[in-house]
Amino acid sequence: MKDLFKLPANLVVSKIKNGEFSAEEYISVIIGRINETDSRINSFITTNFEDALEKSKKIDKKIQTGEKTGIFAGIPIGIKDNINVKGLKNTCASRMLSDYISPYNATVIDRLEDQDAIVIGKLNMDEFGMGTTSEFSAYGPVRNPWNTGYVAGGSSGGSAAAVSSLQIPISLGSDTGGSIRCPASFCSVIGLKPTYGTVSRNGLVSYSNSLEQIGPIARTIFDIVPLLNTISGEDINDNTTSPSTNFCRIKSDEELRTAKFKVGLLSDLIQSSDHQIISGIQDKIDLLEKHHHHLENIKLSMIDFAVAAYYIIATAEASSNLSRFDNIRYGYHLNPEGYEWTSYFSKSRSLFGDEVKLRILLGSYVLSAGYFGKYYAKAQLVRSLIRNEFKNLFQKFDIILLPTMPVLPFKLGEKISNPVEIYNLDLFTIIANLTGLPAISIPAGFSKEGFPFGVQLIANAFEEQKLVDIAVLFEKEADYGECFPEL
Amino acid sequence: MKLDTKNIDQLKIGLEIHCQLTNLNTKLFCKCLCNYRNLPPNENTCPICLGLPGTLPLLNKRAVEFASMICLAFNCSIPEKISFYRKNYFYPDLPKNFQITQYNSYELSSIGYNGLYYFANDLLGGSSDSSNENQKPSVRITRIQLEEDPGKIVYEDDKSSINNYSLIDYNRAGVALVEIVTEPDFTSPSDVRLFLNEIINIFEYLEVCDPALEGSIRCDVNVSISGGKKVEIKNISSFKDVEKSILYEITRQKTLVMHDIDVQAETRHWDERRKITIAARSKEKEEEYKYFPEPDIPRINLGGENFVSGLRSQMHELPAERLARYKDTFKITPHTARILVNSKKISDFFEQALKFYSAPVEVSNWIVNELLTKINELEKSDSSKTSFNILSGSHMSPRLIASMAKLVEEKTTSRSMAREIFDTCLKTGDDPFELVKRLDTKRISNTEQIADLIKKIVSDQPHLINQSKSNPNVTNFILGLIMKETQGKADPQVSMNLIREIISQSDKQS
Repeated sequence: MKDLFKLPANLVVSKIKNGEFSAEEYISVIIGRINETDSRINSFITTNFEDALEKSKKIDKKIQTGEKTGIFAGIPIGIKDNINVKGLKNTCASRMLSDYISPYNATVIDRLEDQDAIVIGKLNMDEFGMGTTSEFSAYGPVRNPWNTGYVAGGSSGGSAAAVSSLQIPISLGSDTGGSIRCPASFCSVIGLKPTYGTVSRNGLVSYSNSLEQIGPIARTIFDIVPLLNTISGEDINDNTTSPSTNFCRIKSDEELRTAKFKVGLLSDLIQSSDHQIISGIQDKIDLLEKHHHHLENIKLSMIDFAVAAYYIIATAEASSNLSRFDNIRYGYHLNPEGYEWTSYFSKSRSLFGDEVKLRILLGSYVLSAGYFGKYYAKAQLVRSLIRNEFKNLFQKFDIILLPTMPVLPFKLGEKISNPVEIYNLDLFTIIANLTGLPAISIPAGFSKEGFPFGVQLIANAFEEQKLVDIAVLFEKEADYGECFPEL
Repeated sequence: MKLDTKNIDQLKIGLEIHCQLTNLNTKLFCKCLCNYRNLPPNENTCPICLGLPGTLPLLNKRAVEFASMICLAFNCSIPEKISFYRKNYFYPDLPKNFQITQYNSYELSSIGYNGLYYFANDLLGGSSDSSNENQKPSVRITRIQLEEDPGKIVYEDDKSSINNYSLIDYNRAGVALVEIVTEPDFTSPSDVRLFLNEIINIFEYLEVCDPALEGSIRCDVNVSISGGKKVEIKNISSFKDVEKSILYEITRQKTLVMHDIDVQAETRHWDERRKITIAARSKEKEEEYKYFPEPDIPRINLGGENFVSGLRSQMHELPAERLARYKDTFKITPHTARILVNSKKISDFFEQALKFYSAPVEVSNWIVNELLTKINELEKSDSSKTSFNILSGSHMSPRLIASMAKLVEEKTTSRSMAREIFDTCLKTGDDPFELVKRLDTKRISNTEQIADLIKKIVSDQPHLINQSKSNPNVTNFILGLIMKETQGKADPQVSMNLIREIISQSDKQS
């Protein structure tokens, strides 16, 4: 009973249904695990334990009475704190929203609750999703479960660390420039950013609308697939969702054996990574070769401009998105007496963290009259050129392979004073956001010091199934989901 | 002060008209009611129109159709694809601190562009055979765009300096607005008034906006004269004040020029109470709106020609089209046709009446000569009543007007008698045909009966025959006697013919 928290979600669901243990028992174990470990990880901003226990009792009753239950009956899920859950605080890890309780559910939450998933709490992150390390949080940095002196990656650091540290089996993150995949790589979990338009953003607090998607995080691809299927699909509450979303499934060994993919290897990017990552990625390439997939080295011509284009677009959109936080309709407690509204506005806005302020300034600058053509329009041009390049690549290839991150996790505070160095770490992940393509980070091994790293796969739009197929192959060869950090 | 606006050098006036699409059910980007009026503050709101974190705008497709109809009415081109932009600025009534609007500087984004509005002389009341000199210049429409209305700030006091607080009501936030921007093609304030009246009329015909609702149509004005910069007048709360504000501004600018003072480019506010324009409190700088494409609303492919022709087929007839039909098909005089068309309610009333009795000329005469005259009298005696009240009043109906026209057209009743019947029916709600029967007012058109009467008169007063040779009025005198004798029931035309016949006969006999 004590080690229930180690089980993947799909096993827990069947065990609860079979009566091996109840949802209430399981949720109690999970609460215990979170209470026991979170002082060292700091992945939770808000917990929802009482409500979760109530819900678990209801699910047990449903099972007892033979009522139909959803595919996540009794499963606790952690939600990044920029995705609205009705009745819970939605802080975006910002002091700006420290008192803000959401009055509505994001579409993904409604869909999960329809499947009887239980929201166990809201997870720590970089403020408004702006960061690569989850250090820029008003609630303190998330710590890497494999070494709590190190960063967990970001911005969905809480979502990856909570799953990695066996606090919860599954979570949701959001990925604007790698925010799911980076912490997945640093924490040794699977994280998937779906094709733009697959998952409704209704209820996701926008950082950069044209780049981001909500996506699943889990320890096994067997949990990723049902989670992805649950949250995917066109939504009348998001005009940017697409009707072309496909359901994914875990294929049989037989089917997988006959599938032969053409895999493009971004060799320049692989070679520019940490040497331990290079050799780990090479193992995965060898594995693909062993299974008779076709491999070929490829190059990207526009890659040098990607980071600049990404940060122009992301900060431009962010500067506008974040302008609504004026503390007039909601936010945090501040007595307006004695303020004239412009001074009240200035006072309110001072509560943003420095990184957020930096990005708002950057975004406002690139959108200023006279600079639009010089920066924003050019960035969009680069974006469309990169898109075209990938369009052409995917006429030939099924999958493009590269490391998720060029580096291993680093020490907390090590790079915090050098923003440009951190921005450059995003190069490998932002490609999928600029192009809108689906990408997954799969655990690929550990350095000799014991730090995890991930391999990243990118597929053509709406071909998440191919990412799943390779992930299944990798997981069957080396199941890092069975490697747990010592806590 | 009387100002001659005819000969001002290079007077240029341009307009920016904001019109709420009040006939929509819901706001532009959410499911809240479009009709926010008379609701308790902040009750007509939802997470979307309050701009709560995580909400996304959901475009109201009907609003796009309404706006497109307006574009067609102003002869604008409609692009294949439209898009939305964010106009970023901080103001407490703006929930997201940006307004979702359209913007044409970086691409063609707006729903309509390059329109042209022709002043139809007939609609304006100019003489129908007017020469080119009287022809008003057409007005170019720069663009028509779709955008969201902000909320409303309610101040404690008009004077901002003594305010301790102000309140914000977001009920209006997110209501669909159409902005019509004209080129500075107006050369006189009276043309502006005519144009605005016509806009109101067009909106009523299209059934997209009810101009009678307070604040549903707003207008900013740009005025410049020779040698001066463009001055924008904002805050003009009623259409009636638009012309006044322009006249004031022309006088102000002329005075400056006369004293060799430059007219500065600036924004001025209309002071409704004092009827003057005043410089905006803080000099409104060239605003920095940081426009960029709204990422939450994908570009909308309207569908080109198919979309436009589909719209046209479901569009109501426009005033100019209806006017042409009345004149060309119905052969109604331009004057009468214009009066009908200038009010959609009256024109619709006319169309309804035609369904009961299809004699357009007679029916139109009844409406314009009898009904509207009555309404005018009533309005004068009781200003609280409007023409609409009377049209929809208890006994007035298109059927009644149709019946009246039928009574006269079928020549069973004289016009003067018909008027009396009309008055009675208006008061009692009786059916005119029933009333005619009951009063036994059927016209006497029996020639024998009338001829006998004439013969009796002539034999009683034989001098009339002689007098009739020199005085043509004698025939009318005899007709009068007949009418008196028959209590007005004799058919005047028949009677007159008989009188002439009998006189000439007697003449020959003598």
